[in-house]
Amino acid sequence: MSPTESAPMLRVSDLQKSFGDHQVLRSIDLAVEPGEVLALIGPSGSGKTTVLRCLNGLEHPDGGNVAFASGPVVDFSAKTTKRQRDSLRTRSAMVFQSYNLFPHMTVLQNVIEGPVTVQKRKRADAVAEAEQLLERVGLGAKKAAYPHELSGGQQQRVGIVRALALKPSLLLFDEPTSALDPELVGDVLTVIKELAEEGWTMVLVTHELAFAREVADEVVFMDGGVVVERGHPDQVLREPREDRTRQFVHRLLNPF
Amino acid sequence: MGFDWTLFFESLGPIALAGLKGTIPLALSSFALGLALAVVVALMRISRNKVLSSIARGYVSVIRGTPLLVQLFVIFYGLPSVGVTLDPWPSAIIAFSLNVGGYAAEVIRAAILSVPKGQWEAGYTIGMSRTTTLRRLILPQAARVSVPPLSNTFISLVKDTSLASLILVNEAFKEAQNIAAFSQKFMVIYLAAALVYWVFCTVLSAGQNQLEKKLDRYVAH
Repeated sequence: MSPTESAPMLRVSDLQKSFGDHQVLRSIDLAVEPGEVLALIGPSGSGKTTVLRCLNGLEHPDGGNVAFASGPVVDFSAKTTKRQRDSLRTRSAMVFQSYNLFPHMTVLQNVIEGPVTVQKRKRADAVAEAEQLLERVGLGAKKAAYPHELSGGQQQRVGIVRALALKPSLLLFDEPTSALDPELVGDVLTVIKELAEEGWTMVLVTHELAFAREVADEVVFMDGGVVVERGHPDQVLREPREDRTRQFVHRLLNPF
Repeated sequence: MGFDWTLFFESLGPIALAGLKGTIPLALSSFALGLALAVVVALMRISRNKVLSSIARGYVSVIRGTPLLVQLFVIFYGLPSVGVTLDPWPSAIIAFSLNVGGYAAEVIRAAILSVPKGQWEAGYTIGMSRTTTLRRLILPQAARVSVPPLSNTFISLVKDTSLASLILVNEAFKEAQNIAAFSQKFMVIYLAAALVYWVFCTVLSAGQNQLEKKLDRYVAH
């Protein structure tokens, strides 16, 4: 890990998680600086999605600790309180591979549900903000539509706006374009890239290596529940030091 | 002996009236109470609390494993022997509500389980508790899924209320029995009763279709 003077926005140490006998995360260390984009890459089953899910509290780690700069260190080796877990969850927002929009709500309702129902913000303020965010991703005209009336790319942009509306410190993307038709991938990646340029801090699980190279400040390659290699995208993706990284990158760039 | 059409048409009115005053109110009130009960039982059934889920499971098992007529008789004819004497109407409403509660609980439980896991997770990631996720996201989606099977439960209930005639509730079939006993024209009267029930159920099915169409607005397929 590179030494840094300022406290990272997020620090993860020795994160561990098993499902039954299968140890998915053996010992994961991560640090994310404010404004940094960290891309997690690796083969299926390497544990990268589990890392994201642990950060957002969708999985409960078996050990290790997670700390945001603005909050307490949550040590999962000991018993955690609901309050500690909530303090983690409220700092990040998740964008899912399969969007997981609420099908019984309009686009606008999807976006304001968190701010209004959970964060108890004024409805009028939440609506104004939501409209502005939707406008920004080119969906201003779709606010009254239901999710099933949108294309996959539009749905995922709503998913991103829903996450932004929570005003999190950290955005988590779990393979945000893997469920999309190839011609719709670009729209979503453009939005993510703009967010990165605006200075949002994010952790991105992706198979889009070219995109990772373009937007990420750091690439972390995981395999078998451990971090195999990490570093600048150009280094990890073009001149990997480890054999396993080289094989993975080669396979993804040359599928046939 | 020819079919007595005059009696057939003359008896339709009183039977339909008894239906409107007896059958329909009995079915509606039992269904409303039964549905409320069913939501509670379904939530107990999916609860992580073993005691609650066992109680719910036992209740559903007893209701589904015993005849409705027996349940009705236990409440009306059986309970007085342990000191609880209820009039026909309350007995019928209690029996039918408990019965609907058992069947509808399974429908609602299945509907809740049919909502994709990703919906729960999306609720959690925007900061919702389990209860809020259930109330705002899962139950509304489950409600849509359960309309067709619950409508079937309701239509069955409308017909099943004819059993209440056996505990002296004045509903459509009781009225038919009264007319039949007087006229001794069983075929004519019971066919008239059948027609009244059929019209009721047809109207209710049309209502079900309307409701489904209305709820379909956010469903993709």
